[in-house]
Amino acid sequence: MAAGEPLIRIRDLHYAHGDRPIFTGINLDIQRGQITAIMGPSGTGKTTLLKLITGLLTPDTGSIQIDGQPIHQLTTAQLYRLRMRMGMLFQSGALLTDLSVYDNVALPLREHTRLTASMIRKLVLLKLEAVGLRGASDLMPAQLSGGMARRVALARAIALDPMMILYDEPFTGQDPISMGILVKLVRELNDAANLTSLLVSHDITETLRIADQICLITQQQVIAQGAPADLQQRTEPQIRQFIQGLPDGPVPFHYPAPTLKSQLQSR
Amino acid sequence: MRQLQTLGEWGLRHATNLGTAVLLLLALLRAVPAIYSQPRLLLEQLYAIGTRTLSIIMVSGLFVGMVLALQGHAILARFGADTALGLMVSAALVRELGPVLAALLFAGRAGSAVTAEIGLMKTTEQISSLQMMAINPVRRILVPRWVAGCLSVPLLAALFSAVGIVGAWLLAKIMLMLDDSAFWNGMQFGIDFADDILNGVIKSTIFGFIVTWIAIYQGYHTTPTSQGVSQTTTRTVVQGSLLVLGTDLILTYLMFSQ
Repeated sequence: MAAGEPLIRIRDLHYAHGDRPIFTGINLDIQRGQITAIMGPSGTGKTTLLKLITGLLTPDTGSIQIDGQPIHQLTTAQLYRLRMRMGMLFQSGALLTDLSVYDNVALPLREHTRLTASMIRKLVLLKLEAVGLRGASDLMPAQLSGGMARRVALARAIALDPMMILYDEPFTGQDPISMGILVKLVRELNDAANLTSLLVSHDITETLRIADQICLITQQQVIAQGAPADLQQRTEPQIRQFIQGLPDGPVPFHYPAPTLKSQLQSR
Repeated sequence: MRQLQTLGEWGLRHATNLGTAVLLLLALLRAVPAIYSQPRLLLEQLYAIGTRTLSIIMVSGLFVGMVLALQGHAILARFGADTALGLMVSAALVRELGPVLAALLFAGRAGSAVTAEIGLMKTTEQISSLQMMAINPVRRILVPRWVAGCLSVPLLAALFSAVGIVGAWLLAKIMLMLDDSAFWNGMQFGIDFADDILNGVIKSTIFGFIVTWIAIYQGYHTTPTSQGVSQTTTRTVVQGSLLVLGTDLILTYLMFSQ
């Protein structure tokens, strides 16, 4: 695969959740070795996009290629082989509640490698050290705060040294200290291992700080893509409203509804 | 016209569900060999599903056996046949009550727990996270529970019958002052290994298969909300119990009618 080829190539993606269209014809290229942030108001289907990219959901029409492989046409075995090279950080962390922190991080190593127990121990401790939770290795997930659980999940996602990591809202619920460390960690992971990172967030300041590329999605479409500095220069009202966090503008704050007056007056 | 449409929708929905459940069963059967590489997971589930259901099975068995002895004695004594009490109690337990009641109690105690656990795993994205780690949840989560359930129910049913017979004997001896030898002799001559005991074991094996399959299907296809989990947990108990009773009628007809 040529180095200039994008790692993820999305073409004409359509997806509807029941009757509600989420995406109507999205085209998107995610470049290798960069941090790409997908931003947009809540409810635009950013998490759905991650699930489509990882094959957890199937699009109605359109194609997604990852490293040249059409992910929705792979056999289960091929899909699982591809997923071993992807790490995903879920919004809730999604740790297995019946395993300790240590066993959670060790799980992918035990399932997919033939490493000895002592090697696995070293790797797990190193990954936990990176997220600052080596001391918590004996705790159960129920004993962790939401932010800590997400850091453990990050350690688990990087356990197999994947080629790309997908982060679903990694910064929500982090205190300022761990937020700063996490931002640095995402950057370092990306640069040190030549990873590709895909990040879903609406934390504008943090995201603008670390992303190489930003992709803005509203109303079922990609409305802008570019480097953070470029986006901040753009004058289109839709982009400005989101980047600057203005309450009024073309992007509606309200979920579609009849006017308040007519609804209050009826019956 | 509207009713016809509703009926059609109902039929389609249930046909789809049945198809999904059968596909899941095939996936489970294919993944059974995975047990060999992860025996620990099976042992954990045997404990959680089987061992922890023991107490309710034993206590219920004891009481059912005692009630059977009281009721049976009241009727048999009328015909001067109270020596047949041992035979009557043991036949009823081994053929019917052991397999059926053990399966019903199992559905309420363990089946609901399996559904709720898997449903919550789905709701909290643990199933998705396994899939993202390229770990097949059918192999890791479902198969150990299913095999544990299938192995547990026949054993629990046998225990239910055994404890029930002991309960009946104790009651007959202490309260009804019945002769020991009459109680046991009737049983020894009247109960056939193949006809009674083996058929009972076959029944309970089939019930265990059905109840655990339903529990796993409901959990795995839960709508990922708290309401969804509560619905599927209820459904496991209701559908599991009804299917056990329906299957029992068919099996009894096949096994015991001449």
